[in-house]
Amino acid sequence: MNRLLYRKLKDRLAFFLILVLALCPTLPLFHILLGVVKQGISSISLEFFIHLPKPPGEEGGGVGNAIVGTLMLALSASLLAVPIGILCGVYLSEYAKGRFGEAVRIAADVLQGTPSIVFGIIAYLWVVKPMGHFSAFSGSVALAIMMLPVIVRSTEEILRMIPETLREASLALGVNYWRTVLKVIIPTGLVGITTGILLSLARIMGETAPLLFTAFGNPFWNFNPMQPVEALPLVVFKYAISPYEEWIRQAWGASLVLTGLVLVLNLSARLLARRMGGHGR
Amino acid sequence: MAARTVTDPKELAIFEVRDLWAYYNEKPAIRKVSLKIPEKKITAIMGPSGCGKTTFIRCLNRLHELTPGASIKGEILLRDKNILEMDPVLVRRKIGMVFQRPNPFPTMTIYDNVIAGYKLLGVRLKREEADRIVEEALRKAALWDEVKDSLHKRGTYLSGGQQQRLCIARALAVKPEVLLMDEPTSALDPKSTAKIEELIVELKRSVTIVIVTHNIAQAGRVADYTAFFYLGELVEFGPTSEIFTVPKDPRTEEFLKGKFG
Amino acid sequence: MRAQDADRLFYYLCGGLALGLILLVIGIGLTLLWGSLPSIKAFGFKFLWGKVWDPVNEEFGALPFIVGTLITSFLALIITFPFAISSGIFLAEYAPPRIAGPLSALIELLAGIPSVIYGLWALFYLVPVVRWFEMRLGAPPFGLGLPTASLVLAIMILPYAASITREVLKMVPQELKEAAYGLGATRWEVIRGVCLPYASSGIVAGLVLSLGRALGETMAVTMVIGNRSEMPTSFWDLANTMASVIANEFTEASKDIHLAALIEVGLLLFVITLLVNILARMVIIRLKVK
Repeated sequence: MNRLLYRKLKDRLAFFLILVLALCPTLPLFHILLGVVKQGISSISLEFFIHLPKPPGEEGGGVGNAIVGTLMLALSASLLAVPIGILCGVYLSEYAKGRFGEAVRIAADVLQGTPSIVFGIIAYLWVVKPMGHFSAFSGSVALAIMMLPVIVRSTEEILRMIPETLREASLALGVNYWRTVLKVIIPTGLVGITTGILLSLARIMGETAPLLFTAFGNPFWNFNPMQPVEALPLVVFKYAISPYEEWIRQAWGASLVLTGLVLVLNLSARLLARRMGGHGR
Repeated sequence: MAARTVTDPKELAIFEVRDLWAYYNEKPAIRKVSLKIPEKKITAIMGPSGCGKTTFIRCLNRLHELTPGASIKGEILLRDKNILEMDPVLVRRKIGMVFQRPNPFPTMTIYDNVIAGYKLLGVRLKREEADRIVEEALRKAALWDEVKDSLHKRGTYLSGGQQQRLCIARALAVKPEVLLMDEPTSALDPKSTAKIEELIVELKRSVTIVIVTHNIAQAGRVADYTAFFYLGELVEFGPTSEIFTVPKDPRTEEFLKGKFG
Repeated sequence: MRAQDADRLFYYLCGGLALGLILLVIGIGLTLLWGSLPSIKAFGFKFLWGKVWDPVNEEFGALPFIVGTLITSFLALIITFPFAISSGIFLAEYAPPRIAGPLSALIELLAGIPSVIYGLWALFYLVPVVRWFEMRLGAPPFGLGLPTASLVLAIMILPYAASITREVLKMVPQELKEAAYGLGATRWEVIRGVCLPYASSGIVAGLVLSLGRALGETMAVTMVIGNRSEMPTSFWDLANTMASVIANEFTEASKDIHLAALIEVGLLLFVITLLVNILARMVIIRLKVK
């Protein structure tokens, strides 16, 4: 009887220990979110969204150019990565057998695990150096490489889930394979593929390291992809380590905007994924 | 065992299969099958599960070779032309297929599902022509009255039996010469099954039908000819009435008595 | 063009792009190697254990950064370990699904917050806390440095490690657990005796993957580590990691040899994370075989 009591006590004790240890780490995570909201909200105004930054020491100004730059980088990175990523995913799910397919998957995993700063170096050596100057384009090359593995693997996984009979239904109608892929298989998996794209976008929108020596930053408006461009994460970095109070305040503001963007992307990916889950059956 | 000579059907044959072997990873699933399939008749392919009946009809529209590791040997003549030497895409235009489970395209409306054979190929149809094809195919599939007011809803909202008739309409819309059916009622309730069977009998006026079934009663109800497969071989082939009343091979008899399950 | 030709073309297009993915990885490795050639030629293997990093006198040894990276990453892993395992166990075994689902989704959402924002937060909230401790303990009160960087890394990799642990624990077959319950085991005994042993290699793989993340993490570390390119001599020292030195000096490197040395640091980082990921992969494959 004593033994049972001891065992039960141990069970309780383990539970409380786990509960405490499990809940502890949520505190800093929530604190970050709250901090960003609390500190950032005071910077948010219409001016903040549409104006250029002011020189240090002056009040006001905004991060309009950085918002435009971030969107521009995300858009051009998507233009590069989405078609290539989807077709690679198609290859893995529809054709790849044996060692070559495995090698492609390993390549995607390696890209996924490579530190983002390395892509910055690569884009510098591949684009910036030959061109002779920093540019938004070089930044989007670095970001596109980061998007690729996410899109490739999620596309592969989604397309694998599509029932074989749908492929056969199309083929049996005398539709050739590439049309079957583009018009039946991809549309059927479109929701899932979109989820993957949104997740990869969320991953790269907040990236700073690959942009440091590619997109570089630019205190003015720029809509030319061949010129340096500002981006929200670059602004956060630059302002956060600056000695100016006004800039630090704006770093929090920019963080709030950036966090909002990333969370919205993540949330919509999740909602889409859930809708698909309910729809599939 | 040597291949059994099969009684030639009296009717004009649309398909002539000669010494067909089909393999999965070198393992034969069809062993030297030869038979002639009569035109505008219903031919049932029957046998216990795993006897190669599905593999057999998947050879007839060259879907078999899409399975990884699958290969095929022999001759399949469609009106004296060997389909194994034709472009598979063209073969499948002439030979439609209906699958075990209804598989309408989930992203398409009922209307688009019916003309999928055109849309997916990038064939541009005039509005009136598309309307005509859709109505004709749905009428042939005995579905028109049930869906004519909801043509632009998703195909997946229909019931199982309706979905299967939609798939039949989809196959008929490209005007195939032969319609292959792979246990088309195995996923359906008895009422939907009866409806599909009625439809099949109706359809033989315009198209040759080859239907795989493990349901003896179904073969008896709909088929003009019946082929009995066992372990990848064609055991017996002939008019359904003969096969069912005076089977020549003891294995056929045992199957008809329900010994194989 | 016949239908088959179009299909073949499409196949080659997809296959070519897939091949491109492999070539991309190889290209990245070769480019880094090529870019760091001047440095490799000048310093050879001494680059790996040279303690002096002096751009002015063009002497480059990466040991301070390798040490900085290893200390912060492993420390972060050690700090995060008990919390991540507990969170994983809690979410997989204790929390009712109605709580576990949203809670893990929330934690994963927070894990998506950009690194630079973790850095900003650490700079303004974590640094004062560390400084307070340093003053109590009689250490130099930088606030910045190795301990702060390790802490922020620990916080950053935690959601990741926790969610992998949770997923691996979810894979433990229900029958096994029921068998143990059937023998009269308590919940803790089932977790301890059945779930954790079954999931152990998966958990290890998850930790290795988290380590890979910590090794390459750049921004948050750069902002709080103090950026001192000398060998750290104590736990409280300012330091630099491989990633942070690249982030700090790359655009300022005016000499070719300096740039090449930084690229070589990048090459090292690439190779190390590659090895770590291969290691994790091997553990996962072994898990699948089991």
